[in-house]
Amino acid sequence: MKIRKNIAISDSGFLFNPSTGDSFSINPIGHEIVQMIQNEKSEIEIIDALTADYAIDKNTVEKDLYDFINMLKTHKLIE
Amino acid sequence: MEKKQYERPIIKSLNQGLMNKFGTRTEYMPVTHIDGVAVNELLQNYGSPLFVISERKIRENYRNAKRIFETRYPKVQFAWSYKTNYLNAVCNVFHQEGSWGEVVSRFEYEKALKNGVPGSKILFNGPDKMDDDLKVAIQNDSPIHIDHLDELYRLIEISNDMDANPRVAIRVNMDTGIYPMWDRFGFNYENGQAWDAINKIMANGRLRLVGLHCHIGTFMLAPSAYGIAASKMSELALQIKNRYGKIISYIDMGGGFASKNTLKGSYGLGADSVPEISQYAEAITSALLNAGFDNEELPYLYLETGRALIDDAGYLLGSVISNKRLSDGRRATIMDFGVNIMFTSFWYDHKISPAQEFGHHTEDCVLYGPLCMNIDVIRENVTLPPLKAGDHVVVHNVGAYNITQSMQFIALRPAVVMIDMKGQPHVIKRSEQLSTLEEGEVVPDYLSKFSL
Repeated sequence: MKIRKNIAISDSGFLFNPSTGDSFSINPIGHEIVQMIQNEKSEIEIIDALTADYAIDKNTVEKDLYDFINMLKTHKLIE
Repeated sequence: MEKKQYERPIIKSLNQGLMNKFGTRTEYMPVTHIDGVAVNELLQNYGSPLFVISERKIRENYRNAKRIFETRYPKVQFAWSYKTNYLNAVCNVFHQEGSWGEVVSRFEYEKALKNGVPGSKILFNGPDKMDDDLKVAIQNDSPIHIDHLDELYRLIEISNDMDANPRVAIRVNMDTGIYPMWDRFGFNYENGQAWDAINKIMANGRLRLVGLHCHIGTFMLAPSAYGIAASKMSELALQIKNRYGKIISYIDMGGGFASKNTLKGSYGLGADSVPEISQYAEAITSALLNAGFDNEELPYLYLETGRALIDDAGYLLGSVISNKRLSDGRRATIMDFGVNIMFTSFWYDHKISPAQEFGHHTEDCVLYGPLCMNIDVIRENVTLPPLKAGDHVVVHNVGAYNITQSMQFIALRPAVVMIDMKGQPHVIKRSEQLSTLEEGEVVPDYLSKFSL
């Protein structure tokens, strides 16, 4: 799971795909996840990192993470 | 170290499209309190979902409307439209403020009497008045608003039998320039039916024609239509005086003023686009004052305003059951309240606010109710912060019609709480139990046992 190389990501959570011209906004936690994917963290590592930082249970994070990754795939932002 | 507040990760595609001058509103401002009472506390104490009614808002709305009309016209009387919301506590707030009762069925009539409204101050409307209903109304001296000729003839017969002279008005329908024209109730003005009914009443002499009633439509966005209606009603009243020497003591303009809700398919938000009460008042009172009545013969103006006085005093609090993703990628959120208790979501895009703090990121979603039924959609498209299971929301402007038109389907209906003037909540209707629903059921003996 990797973020496509040509995707531009700003510090404020703005994504731009130059090959399609599509742009996206992500919220801060989404931004954190994208950064972790860029740093080649596995899904389990991401879940552990988020549950350590946030007041939330593991099941909710797991459910939300898979949904988020699916949306990244749908928008062709990861390969 | 304290953990950070979690918010579901979201990604939102930024679309470049045509500019929309009306824009859409993003509801991320949380509504955490209603009249000073915490939403979380209300849900914890009374369960979710929960209807909440603000007594303060009802009184403010009523006093505002009364002031607006009374500063323009000297003789004004409001009658609370029971069908809009007939919870006794709600009705009694209006009655305490001086409002009479306006009912459209025997059931509502009995409710008004039981609440303590004198019979002479209950306006009896509606097409469904049976003989016994008419007798009771005559005995109580209630003004009977005649809807059709069959009712007129029955009323004359019953009055003859009782040797009574009931006070009556006829309901008049007319063309006020709006579409669709409401002509199924009452007697038409333009084609002479109204005159025909008036002539019959006057010729017979048994009934006392004291008023004229109309109700030109519902959620009326054109105040000018009320001006036209008031002119036609005045003309009718003046002609009755000319022909029969009879002074009509009241003109009842019915209801139909819009609330601040947003009708589905409308461009602007209701809060920005619906007329103010003062615009309706100006149209009606100008027409009455300019109609040519002698000062001492100016008729009373009766108003049966319902929705505009109660809608924004009602809130529905609810909770998120689940989030899911639809096949086309849209976010769907399932709430614990549906069209069963929010009938008005069929024609309004209700404003919905989160009841807790979120960041400023939002996503478009569909809001579904909990019913196992495809049409159970609260909002087809709404922009909300990333709600998660267990989060709470506040639905606005649900005070009118939702309680009276709620459906008992699959789920039990929730409690209703009224927050009083001091910020104290009171249960004004308990939540339904299985026993509430089974009270009238009878299982024949031979069906009482089975083995599986």
